[in-house]
Order: sequence, then C-alpha cells, then structure tokens
Amino acid sequence: MSTPFLSVRDLIVDFHTEDGVVHAVDGLSFDVDKGTTLGIVGESGSGKSVTNLAVLGLHDPETARISGGITLDGEELIGASRSTMERIRGNKAAMIFQDPLTSLSPYHTVGRQIGEVFRRHTGASRAAARDRAIEMLTRVGIPQPKTRVDDYPHQFSGGMRQRAMIAMALVCDPDLLIADEPTTALDVTVQAQILDLLRDLQEQTGTAIILITHDLGVVAATAHDVLVMYAGRAVERGTVREILGEPRHPYTWGLLASMPRLSAPVDLPLRPVRGTPPSLLNVPPGCPFHPRCDYPDLAGPELCRTVRPELSPHRGHGDACYLTLAQKREIHR
Amino acid sequence: MLRFLTRRTLGGILTLLIISAVTFFLFFAVPADPARLACGKVCPPELLEQARHNLGLDQPLFAQFTAWLTGIFAGRDYGGLGYCPAPCLGYSFVNRAPVFETILDRLPVTVSLTIGAAAVFLAFGVATGIVAALRRGRPTDKIASVSSLVGASLQIYFVGTLALYFLVYKNQILARPRYLPFTEDPLGWAAGLTLPWMVLAIIFTANYTRMTRSTMVEQLGEDYVRTARAKGMPGHSVVLRFALRGTLITIVTIFGVDLGALIGGAIITETTFGLQGLGRLSLNAVTDSDLPVLMATVLVAAAAIIVFNIVVDLLYAFIDPRVRLN
Repeated sequence: MSTPFLSVRDLIVDFHTEDGVVHAVDGLSFDVDKGTTLGIVGESGSGKSVTNLAVLGLHDPETARISGGITLDGEELIGASRSTMERIRGNKAAMIFQDPLTSLSPYHTVGRQIGEVFRRHTGASRAAARDRAIEMLTRVGIPQPKTRVDDYPHQFSGGMRQRAMIAMALVCDPDLLIADEPTTALDVTVQAQILDLLRDLQEQTGTAIILITHDLGVVAATAHDVLVMYAGRAVERGTVREILGEPRHPYTWGLLASMPRLSAPVDLPLRPVRGTPPSLLNVPPGCPFHPRCDYPDLAGPELCRTVRPELSPHRGHGDACYLTLAQKREIHR
Repeated sequence: MLRFLTRRTLGGILTLLIISAVTFFLFFAVPADPARLACGKVCPPELLEQARHNLGLDQPLFAQFTAWLTGIFAGRDYGGLGYCPAPCLGYSFVNRAPVFETILDRLPVTVSLTIGAAAVFLAFGVATGIVAALRRGRPTDKIASVSSLVGASLQIYFVGTLALYFLVYKNQILARPRYLPFTEDPLGWAAGLTLPWMVLAIIFTANYTRMTRSTMVEQLGEDYVRTARAKGMPGHSVVLRFALRGTLITIVTIFGVDLGALIGGAIITETTFGLQGLGRLSLNAVTDSDLPVLMATVLVAAAAIIVFNIVVDLLYAFIDPRVRLN
C-alpha cells in the first residue's frame, strides 16, 4: 500500500468570530491519488471550500485555527512556513475558483497573469513566460492565442475566462489541482466543455484533481471517488459507482432525490432535502443531520440525537449513519 | 484617447469662459469703483471721468466683457493709466502692474507649497493606510485610525501657530518659513518651506490614511487577490501589485481634487506662514477691492481644478484597462 499523494487526516478548521467559534471543518479525512479525481459534494456551508483553502494554506491565520494533518507528496503542510507554502502554491498544487471574472485580476493581461506564475516558480524570462502563456492558452483551447494573450479578462467571454483560469493553474504542471465549483458560474454547454478539458488535461499530465461541487451530475461525469460532506464532516465516502449506485447515507439519498431528472414527468415537483443546513456556530449534537433526517428513530430512540456517528468502515465505501446495511437497503431500493 | 482629450479640453475652456463671465458680471454688483482706484487718492471729477473712459467703464457691460476677453489675446492699453501686454487678465491699480505678471510672480510660491506638501501627505497617508489595512484590528491599525481622526480634526492656524512658536521661534529647529525660488537656491527653497509642508501635510494625511485603509481592506478581500496568493505570489507582490492597484483609483480621485484645490491657493496656510502665494493674493484682492486680481485668482483656481480633473480621468484609463477608451 503506497502512501496517497494527498492525505488529509482529522482536519479541523475553526474560525474565531465575534459570535463564537465556527466549526467549519470538524475532523475530516480523505486521500487523493495521482491521476484520480475526488469529487467533494455538499450544500453551501458544508465545509468543502474551507477544506481546500486549508490545503493551500489560504486562510487568514488571524481568524482561522487549523489542526490535523495534510501531507502532500510526503510533505506536511499544516504549520509549514510561509515560504514553503508560497513555493507549493501555483507550482505543485494549484487552484481554480468558481467565478473567473472576479478571480482574475482586471488590471493585468491574461498572458501576464499566466506568465507570472511560471516566472515565479521557474525563474523564466519575461519572453519565455509569454511563450509559455501562449502555449497554455493553446492547450486550453483559446482561439488565436497569440493575440488573445495580450487581452484583459474583461475582453474574454465567461467560458474563455475559466479556460484562462485553468491555463493559469496548470502552467507549472501541478501534481494537484483543486477546482472549486469550476463550472457553477458558466452556461451549461460551456460547463461540459470545461469538464471535458479538465478530464483531457488529467489524462495528459496525471494530475490529481479535487473537484468541489454541489452538482452530482458533474461528479458523475468526472470523479473517480466521492466524498459527501455535511456540516463540516464527511457523511459518506466511496467510488462514484458506489455513491451514485448504492448510496448509504440518508443525506446522500436526499441529494440524489433532489436532482431533477429529464426522464421524469414535467409536473413532478422538485424534492429538496427538507430543512436547512445547521449553523456551524451551533452544530446539533449526535448526528448533525438528524433534525433533517426521515429516520432519526430507526436506530434506537436516542442514539442519532446524542452520539456522533463516525465514518465506517475505515476503507472503501463508508458512511456515518447508525442504520444497519439491511435497513439502508430496505429504505433505498 | 486623442478625441477624449480634445473633447475634455474644449469642455474645460467652455467652463472657464462661463466662470469668467459669471465672475465678471458678479463683480459689477460690488460697490467698488475701479476708476477711483486707478485715478489715485486726490482725484478731481474730470480726471475721474477720464479714468472711467480709459478703463472702458463708460461702455455697456457686455462690451466691457468682450474687451476683457480680447485683452487676453491682444493686450490692452489703458490710455496713459497703464499698459497691459497680452496675455492681459486686466490691470491692477492697487499694485500698478498687469494682473498676469502678479499671478506669474505668486504662482511658484503656491505651486512649491502644494508639491512639497502633496508629496508628503500622499506618501505618508498611503503608506500608513496600507499598513493599517494589513494589520487591521491590531494596535498598529488602531493607532493609525486614532491619529488620522486627530489629524483630520486639527486646524492649520492652530497647529501652524504652535509649530511656528515651538519649532522656529523658541527652539530654532526649523528655518523661518519663507519662499526662495527653487532655481536660485534649492536647499533654501526646501528649508524655507519645510514647516508649511509638514503642517499642511498633517491635515491632509489623515484623509489618505482613512481612504487607503478602507479601500485596501476591501481589495484584500477580493477574489483576484486570493487568486494571486493561490498562485504562490509572494506577500509583498500580492499587496503592492494586486491589492494596491485597485486602491489607486480611490487615491488618484481624492488626490486630483486636493491638488486642484491647493493650487487655487492655500489661503490659511499662506497667511499663517506669511507666504506670498495665490491664496494671499486673492485674500488681499478681496480686502483691497482689487477686482481684476480677484477675478484672475478665481480663474486660476478654476483652471487648476479643471486641469486636474482631466488628468485624473486620464489616469483612470491608465490604471484600469476596463475604462480605457478605444
């Protein structure tokens, strides 16, 4: 058993605010291997983005308290020096953000923004960085890269901006790419193109990808493994086939059921997961999902409300729910 | 870009024309008789009549205005009372000199005062603002906030007088404020203006600190600044090349307004430190009912504001490619 490329162990991220301590991530563990894609799924505020900002050390050290372990290629990142993190960011581990319009600097040309990452991490000359930027724009499918390299982001369309963002993230051939809702701000047709692009690039480079999304369709199309998060914790983990084919956690069921299907009758009402996500200032005791769960009494009168379930089994397809496998199969057929 | 510049320049000239017309006609409502000033202390009625004719005061109001305008390009002869070569902004019978000459004489004082003070308050205010934004919520930030508040509440005649007393007259730490032309004695120029620069800067710095801090805090929270950090850009580059770039628009805006206003004459500062700049000139013109000078100072102030507005608009395009005109 080789060590995974990225290994997150018992990650805890707390934010100290005026209203109290926000437990944004509470004991999360997962692994990502090279050449594979992990999809992290969950509602807004489930801790998906916070987790991945922690991997790159992008939280404000003034307010965020981070503990646990994050090892990238054998190197421990929690508590690493600022210069270590600056060397890793954009180089070994890169990130794509949700909204390419606000995430690209409006004041610099696209080429410069791509090139400066390359210069920063390789010490290349201005001219070499420019050539590299053109090469990257070509790779991500920007037409006329030689002229577009001098354009500013506002001269690009939404899909092109996200392509430029991807070019910028991949310019140093990172081993890990974190894509935080890369397609949420884009048209559906462009979404598919961007996902295709990510998949192609992964095949060429063997990059490990973490894909953060709330869209199970995106997960189905791109991910190998899936982590379902709820209230800062993992509630289910498995391969994409396992999670979509035989989901075991009531929250995953809810997520799957809430997806509208084209094959369903048009007048079939949408089925949202009832209730709202809990406040992370005040997470419910026991299973954090129990107030929204349809079966909080099935595992005994008090268990779900008092004792926090752990993800089990430790390897393979695991979920954090007290229902027996038989009960789960019975409910979700 | 050229079209933009032409349009703005023409607009500026039109504005100046309107301002000069308004001030010209406004001053005729003032109960002062320029002919009496021109004629001198002992003035028999026939001489007064003669002066009135020579000054063109017996002409209709509109003709007088066009005569004034023509004078700017052609010069004017006041028939023995004085001659004023082009560009003639009028002739002051208080100073017995063409107004334009007086303005040219005083402008360097005000410009020197403005440039030095502006350099200090811009550099110091922006630097403090950046540091406060980076250390927000911590003691450095609080000290910066409190001192800006104090600075903004101070008055020049109060700080200036105290500084004069303690730093110049009592302890001789700084030179007595005076103006020496830069071309003749650069060191003397700087020494003589150091105190006025500092006092003027204290008042203005506060505003720059506050504006820089608040805009910078906003910018530091922007997605693209986070992207810069996610790319592994070093901390100083993230702050100076990314976050500060977005802050520049705010800084340039208030800087343009302040510079324009200061060139028009820092009346209180010049009076406090006895500097003979445009501010003092306009103040004296008011007390002496020296209408030609007063009108010229109003025009210079207006022109300064118009010019700096155009410069600021050009700088916007320079700073932010999204407003660049194509």
